[in-house]
Amino acid sequence: MLIETEPHYRQPLLRTPFHERMRAFSQVDSFIPWSGYSTVDVFSSVEQEYFAIRNGASLYDLTPMVKYRITGPDATRFLDRLVTRSVAKLRPGRVAYALWCDDDGLLIDDGTIFRLDAQEYRLCTGERQLDWLLDSSIGFDVGIDEVTAEIAALALQGPCSCWVLKALGLEGIETLAPFEHRSVKLPDRVAAAGAMAGTAMTVSRTGFTGDLGYELWVDPAQAECLWDGLMEAGQVRTLRPVGSRALNIARLEAGFVLPNVDFVSSAHTLRNGTARSPLELALGWCVDFGKGHFTGRRALLAEQGRPPRRRLVGLDIEGTKPAHNALLYGDHRGRREIGSVTSAAWSPTCKRNIALAMLDAPHFEVGRQVWAEIYLNRELTWERRMVRARVVERPFFAPARRRAMPPGDF
Amino acid sequence: MNASRYDCIVIGAGHNGLTCAAYLARAGRRVLVLEAAEQAGGTAGTREFAPGFRASSCAHLLHLMPGWLLEELRLARHGLRMAAENMPTFALSGAGALRIPTDVDSAAHDLGEADARAFRDYAARMRRLAAALRPLLEAVPPRLGSRAWRDRLTLLGLAAKLRLLGRADMRELLRIAGMCVQDLLDEHFQSPLLKGALAFDAVLGTNLGPRSPGSVFTLLYRLAAGSGAAASLAQPVGGLGALTAALAQAAKAAGAELRLAAPVARVIVTEDSAAGVLLGSGERLEAGCVVSSADPTTTFLRLLGAEHLDAGFVRRVSHLRTQGMTAKLHLALQSMPRFRALAGAEPTGRMVFASSLRAVEQAFNDAKYGRFSAAPLLEVIVPTAVDPGLAPAGRHVLSAVVQYAPYRIAGGWEGQREQFLDTILQTLEAHAPGLRDSVCAAELLTPQDIETQFRVSGGHWHHAELALDQFFMVRPVAGAAQYRAPVRGLFLCGAGCHPGGGVMGLAGRNAARQVLAQAA
Repeated sequence: MLIETEPHYRQPLLRTPFHERMRAFSQVDSFIPWSGYSTVDVFSSVEQEYFAIRNGASLYDLTPMVKYRITGPDATRFLDRLVTRSVAKLRPGRVAYALWCDDDGLLIDDGTIFRLDAQEYRLCTGERQLDWLLDSSIGFDVGIDEVTAEIAALALQGPCSCWVLKALGLEGIETLAPFEHRSVKLPDRVAAAGAMAGTAMTVSRTGFTGDLGYELWVDPAQAECLWDGLMEAGQVRTLRPVGSRALNIARLEAGFVLPNVDFVSSAHTLRNGTARSPLELALGWCVDFGKGHFTGRRALLAEQGRPPRRRLVGLDIEGTKPAHNALLYGDHRGRREIGSVTSAAWSPTCKRNIALAMLDAPHFEVGRQVWAEIYLNRELTWERRMVRARVVERPFFAPARRRAMPPGDF
Repeated sequence: MNASRYDCIVIGAGHNGLTCAAYLARAGRRVLVLEAAEQAGGTAGTREFAPGFRASSCAHLLHLMPGWLLEELRLARHGLRMAAENMPTFALSGAGALRIPTDVDSAAHDLGEADARAFRDYAARMRRLAAALRPLLEAVPPRLGSRAWRDRLTLLGLAAKLRLLGRADMRELLRIAGMCVQDLLDEHFQSPLLKGALAFDAVLGTNLGPRSPGSVFTLLYRLAAGSGAAASLAQPVGGLGALTAALAQAAKAAGAELRLAAPVARVIVTEDSAAGVLLGSGERLEAGCVVSSADPTTTFLRLLGAEHLDAGFVRRVSHLRTQGMTAKLHLALQSMPRFRALAGAEPTGRMVFASSLRAVEQAFNDAKYGRFSAAPLLEVIVPTAVDPGLAPAGRHVLSAVVQYAPYRIAGGWEGQREQFLDTILQTLEAHAPGLRDSVCAAELLTPQDIETQFRVSGGHWHHAELALDQFFMVRPVAGAAQYRAPVRGLFLCGAGCHPGGGVMGLAGRNAARQVLAQAA
């Protein structure tokens, strides 16, 4: 797909198989780059798209998500050494959220691992990792191939997502449990003309919205047909494509961290002390010290033995103005700086002004009050506000429907 | 406690493994040394390469082992005797032989007046620099960023020693440390033969030519390492194997056990700690700690396994430059070789065949591009000239270190070994007419042979190239430079550790110190 004759800086962004469909739907023509692909920031209005995620059904193009096929006799051992949680415990047909760290126990990236078979996995991640994966494969009998361009992917998220899949013709999809994936037959009326009958697609009950939702993984040749089929099936449930800005609000409500926003990969940080460990990011639940060695284990064990220095927390902030990039203080005069906000938004569903923030010890305890320094743009007249914020539990929004079995019919 | 349980298992009975075992046993540890081969010694052994003919298998001269180490381990009492000490070095050319001065005062001999004067200054300065660098070699490298008093003290001590050099010498050290040896020698000398021989010492056992940056560093290293030795250039009676035999005796006398023909397959890890070893035979041996004298690549990637290590660490290990460049030749001779340049004198010294800087660099050029040197450089000794017991009566052995022989040679060593041997014999014949007809057996060990026969991955004498990027606090790699592996209870004591190989024994002794410090 790359135009090999041009130097890389002249190469245009790649287009996903959904590009033409998305362009047709886009009202504001707002595309942004993601991992070398052109992807949609916003189609028409962030609010409308956000409410499609929370109150109806939404489609988000996941194709730029970097995907690696990991195969071989040592595939399980390799992944168990790579990521911080146990992969051996992951059964075929299951998906797990996973983190991987460098030797110092600092987070490189996060992603999801699909166990396809006893010796075959798919690792999905926001950014390319091949060099680290290859370094990690020294001494393991494992094959690592990037298959990003071979698989088109859509996130179908929202309370009506299960209904839409059923309307598409995927019978029995309601029996798919959270973090399960399943290969299904693409209904013949949807499959591309001329395609062999029984074209397969993988459906996983996963997502980045903290809501009921699915991710669909399909041969790029079927991509447009799948899109069309879904849009048609979802019409009466107001299914609409969404861009990354709407998704970002949903993921913040769900309390998920985003690379380069809530943490910077330790592979990219240049300054000492700017990379973060999973423990600092409050992702300790994802670290399994009992499973045997993994990269960064010794450093994380040592860190666990020390008093924590900082932690990522959820904040509930007074007022309605999102505290983007706000510095945080222990006192309202702003004398003692104790951290900063990494992600912030007004949560339309919670009706709360929420944020993720990195706070120094001991301010990260739930219930503590801190002060956020917010700058308000009043028609280019900037005002500084010190507003109260309270450390609260995450996630901010966790509806029961996200895990309900079978999913409710909305 | 299990009857088979030891305090320490040492993998490999080379000089460093045995040195380490001896120190551990003397400190009261129950030590078991496991050697894969049928005999102890490793690359510092003596082998019968033809019926009745014996030669030191890789290293053939003892010149770096500190005198105090020989004394502390009472190696003389355990049977170590020298057949020759302070052997002279002759640089041989078609025109004649130049005796390389061993100290400042003997410089006048064969050198012209200008070179003799230059040599006095040069040798005196290099001796001062070597003495200042010497403590660096004996120290356990401090950890970077550590707040431990011992690490700070080590750094302070080293800095103080360098500071004592004074301004002129410090400046010179800073100036030359990263230089190539050709530039340094051209600044001082005229004689091509003298420069060739001095450059040879700088590049011996390395992947460098005289024009390679860093070749002054290797020369300083050799001088610093040699400055603490009991004697310069010694040959033990019975070859280098006699040294390892004496070390084995010293270890046994202190209570260590030695098992031969017991190759280790794996280091057993339980709860992130080394808990023993699994032998190739399937036998499990338990121990409180495991000390490996195998090279870092073998120890970490084969015996321990990448799954017990962090990925970044494994990458560093896999990037170690471990490919050898040096071959070893053993010839069984009917009669004493006569070198024309020595004018009939018996070859009781060390002979260097490196006629000029240009000759050394050209020999290196071949190797850079994956060929063996068409005009190889040689360090030749005739061990039987001072130790007749190594060959049947009246017969002789010639032992030569040969440079350059790349580990990875274009087309592979199979088939080219014979060609290389022929090339070397031609070179020798040119200097010692009649030598070829006198050869009754020959053995040439390429780096690949050294790899397979002595289990040194890459076949490098120092296990890993000695260079600034693989030295001191980053030798073999950051994270294992204090003889401790990232896995608790696993230690390294081989030439891949600071301060390297060359039959010095310091890696083994420093590792023992670390093992004892950990246990204490």
